[in-house]
Amino acid sequence: MKSLEELRKMREAALKKVEMREEGKDYRVVVGMATCGIAAGARPVLNRLVEETAAKNYNCVVTQTGCIGMCVYEPIVEVYGKDGSHTTYVHMTPAKAEKVLEQHVGKGEIVEEYTVEAAKKEA
Amino acid sequence: MMEDLAMQILELLMNSIQAGAKNITLAILDSVKNDRICMQLTDDGRGMSEELLKKVTDPFTTTRTTRKVGMGVSFMKGLCEICNGSFRIDSEEGKGTEVVAEVQKNNIDTPPLGDLGAMMMYAIQADENINYTLSYENDQNKFVFTSAEVRAMLDGVSMQEPEILLWIKEYINQNIEALEEG
Repeated sequence: MKSLEELRKMREAALKKVEMREEGKDYRVVVGMATCGIAAGARPVLNRLVEETAAKNYNCVVTQTGCIGMCVYEPIVEVYGKDGSHTTYVHMTPAKAEKVLEQHVGKGEIVEEYTVEAAKKEA
Repeated sequence: MMEDLAMQILELLMNSIQAGAKNITLAILDSVKNDRICMQLTDDGRGMSEELLKKVTDPFTTTRTTRKVGMGVSFMKGLCEICNGSFRIDSEEGKGTEVVAEVQKNNIDTPPLGDLGAMMMYAIQADENINYTLSYENDQNKFVFTSAEVRAMLDGVSMQEPEILLWIKEYINQNIEALEEG
């Protein structure tokens, strides 16, 4: 059974990590968590993003947002780069989210096939 | 419809967060004896005018600007009615809002309670500066989680660090499971 005491140790570890990336994180990964997003399956996507970021220490912060008015494309994951770049990934699944972390956040390469632009071309 | 009650409640939590609440309290009473699951959500957000309160259960009511429908409250009300329960929402402008939703526990239409740890994790991830209190009570026992006690232990480290978020989810679920096992 977990106890609140464990948090002390976790705090030390978290502090070390924060020091290591003094200049802040390179990417912000944002999941749409409004009704439309959740109903379309955003919850397991967000879960996987948090788990993978924790496990592999990706250089990003995972956050959430409300509805951005593109409900038909949910679950949506947006990736914002420190350089001002912005990529919108649509119809996400946990597996696709993992790939976005690995390829985009990890190596800086956009996963073209999952982007909203690619989805619009198909439609 | 959402697949479990926790996700329905999350919708309402998101409303409280959007309403600028500083304190959000969720009390869940899960009783086999009374054959009832009661969910009471209280916030000190900006509240609603009488006019908005009257039409808040209408799916075509929303305060957001990105689209014209808002399903959170109307879904919950509909669900409670289907599941032989009740739904009530009270609000006062400038003071806050209280929602009391109840369903029959042993009803074929009642969805499972779901993952309350994940629900709390999502809320904290949406806004970690809010004081959340989650209490879960069954016929024998009660477990209370407050985000303030976690914040105090972390002493300056963000609860939104992914390891901490996952820890919070597990911590809540383990404690609730332990209650269920007696």
